[in-house]
Amino acid sequence: MKVMNMVQAINDALDLKLQEDKGVVVYGEDVGVEGGVFRVTEGLQLKHGADRVFDSPLAESGIAGTALGMAIAGMKPVIEMQFDGFVYPAMNQILSHISRFRNRTRGKFTVPMVIRIPYGGGINALEHHSESPEAYFGHTPGLKVVIPSTPYDAKGLLIAAIEDPDPVIYMEPKRIYRAIKQEVPEEKYSIPIGKAKVLTPGEHITVIAYGAMIREAQKAMVIAKEKGISVELIDLRTIWPIDRDTISASVRKTGRALVVTEAPQSYGPAAELIAVINEEAFLSLEAPPARLTGFDTVIPLPLGEKHYMISPARIAYEIEKIVKF
Amino acid sequence: MFDLKTLDSYKPIDDKLYRVMDEKGKIILKDWKPSISDPEILKAYQDLLFERTVDLMAVSYQRQGRMYTYPPNLGQEAIHIAAGKVIQPEDWLVPAFRELGAWLAKGVKLSEIFLYFKGHEDGSKFLNANRMLPVSVPIASQLVHAAGLGYAMNYQNEQAAVFGFVGDGGTSEGDFHEALNFASVWNAPVVFVVQNNQFAISVPLKMQTRSINLAVKGVAYDVPSVVVDGNDFFAMHEVMSFARQYVLENKRPFLIEARTYRIGAHTTSDDPTRYRSKEEEEIWAQRDPAKRLQAWLVKHKLWDPAQEDELTAQFRKQIDAEFEAAENYPEYKLDDVFGYMYETLPDELKRQKNNYQNYLKTQGATQ
Repeated sequence: MKVMNMVQAINDALDLKLQEDKGVVVYGEDVGVEGGVFRVTEGLQLKHGADRVFDSPLAESGIAGTALGMAIAGMKPVIEMQFDGFVYPAMNQILSHISRFRNRTRGKFTVPMVIRIPYGGGINALEHHSESPEAYFGHTPGLKVVIPSTPYDAKGLLIAAIEDPDPVIYMEPKRIYRAIKQEVPEEKYSIPIGKAKVLTPGEHITVIAYGAMIREAQKAMVIAKEKGISVELIDLRTIWPIDRDTISASVRKTGRALVVTEAPQSYGPAAELIAVINEEAFLSLEAPPARLTGFDTVIPLPLGEKHYMISPARIAYEIEKIVKF
Repeated sequence: MFDLKTLDSYKPIDDKLYRVMDEKGKIILKDWKPSISDPEILKAYQDLLFERTVDLMAVSYQRQGRMYTYPPNLGQEAIHIAAGKVIQPEDWLVPAFRELGAWLAKGVKLSEIFLYFKGHEDGSKFLNANRMLPVSVPIASQLVHAAGLGYAMNYQNEQAAVFGFVGDGGTSEGDFHEALNFASVWNAPVVFVVQNNQFAISVPLKMQTRSINLAVKGVAYDVPSVVVDGNDFFAMHEVMSFARQYVLENKRPFLIEARTYRIGAHTTSDDPTRYRSKEEEEIWAQRDPAKRLQAWLVKHKLWDPAQEDELTAQFRKQIDAEFEAAENYPEYKLDDVFGYMYETLPDELKRQKNNYQNYLKTQGATQ
């Protein structure tokens, strides 16, 4: 075991897979010499060589599309989109090809690749550096989408993503890149894609969140506890495929649910999760399942972020409202 | 002969068309001799006729309501036959969607092509074709795949070239430029082939670019680029062969602008009379690649046009049989919808499939 933050845990997973599988290459903007703008790939080029960890031209469509070419030739590219808001030029490649090549060719060509995307707000950044675009990927058939909330999960989920035979969008909550440190095994392990985790068992309400919102929800639980409310917290971990079983079992037990996402509300992950809850746990519900999400607005520049970012107090407020329904 | 010396003195900005024979099939290069044997040239001509016969029949199947949208190749076949002859089994073929002769040479079965255009993904399996990618509908997006494949060939120490196809309209897409740039920066052995057939559906080339030609677009990326007469089989074959050797020996990309003309419609849903003139069509009819190669063969007493009807009749039978194979293909199953999305069907998709199956059961359906 070694104490690591999320940046170190992701670096560790990449290092391990680069070591183990010669087909793995890591590239993107600034990932080589500099080690990435967040230093996630620091030291990897030196260790594994510039043909395996390298800076590519600054063109996201090209980065994603060339990775598809490598993947169908038998390699395992792990590419980085430098920021959430920079992935949009690559959407055509992701939505039109990467997610579809297996289906289009009836499994003759497969695309085992990983697209890493640091995402989310709360870091006082420029426009296009604070977005939560996971719904686009969760909505796209052919992709899997994972989001870790801890260093331990970050390593295990990334290893699972790299070893997955299908393309995986791996989103990194950059706000908590260095905020949480925990003991992480130095050896290889993986966390199954498609499995949520009950972080804390509770009785009165199920709160479902992921990524940076987990930490905020945990703080909210402390406030709720003071009011006598026992919260069951679920870390979704995989945006798609959704773990129906874990969610429905929990809500059937608690009878109440709140989904917390940083992403804008409409047609987003919270809407999908609430639909799942209605389908699976309707007769157990004591209150309408609710969502606390980002507004359907552009995420404000840093001075306005305080209004947009979801605080523990606000989560606690919503929890209380639902419990008192 | 197109060689390194020719390339060294070639400047795309001069807009010089590399050609070997004129519009009457007369060789115009001094001391030029074919680099392939007479029987090979005859075979190329017959392949060209075959591609053309397929097109004519495909359009008629479509008109009979037996097939959906189909993009004819008429007029561009010399490019495809030349490419098909040059591209080796270990090479990658990254198509757009109008390269029929090259696909067939790569080993794609005609019945698969018909099946695809009849509307079944199984038509993209290409069971006998190694390293042949499926049709790419989003314009130019396939070229970045070619650049990635080129990186992979270098990385895996393989002596294999990648051939990426695009049309004239595709050169306006960002991916065209990203692909050239990535391939150049990465020293990827990719031959980019731009089939400049003068129109992107209805939009003429002059609305597409102010560049003097499309080959100049390669220059900025330090990619050797040549404008070739795409209706001249000999010229296309020579430059393609040269390009393949060049990319493998130098580990650098290469760009060919094959200047041609789409005699037919963009697809069976298109009506070219809305956007181009009879006069223009007649000018290009004089440059028909089939007529030119035929004239050369006749002059060298390798072919008698009187044989042509018999040969195409034979082709028609063969093509009909392939089409019938596609028509008799097993019915589209529910498994065909769900079965290839992921290696292992996720529970969520199992659930959706199951719900639909339960519905079908209530309707007395069997699958």
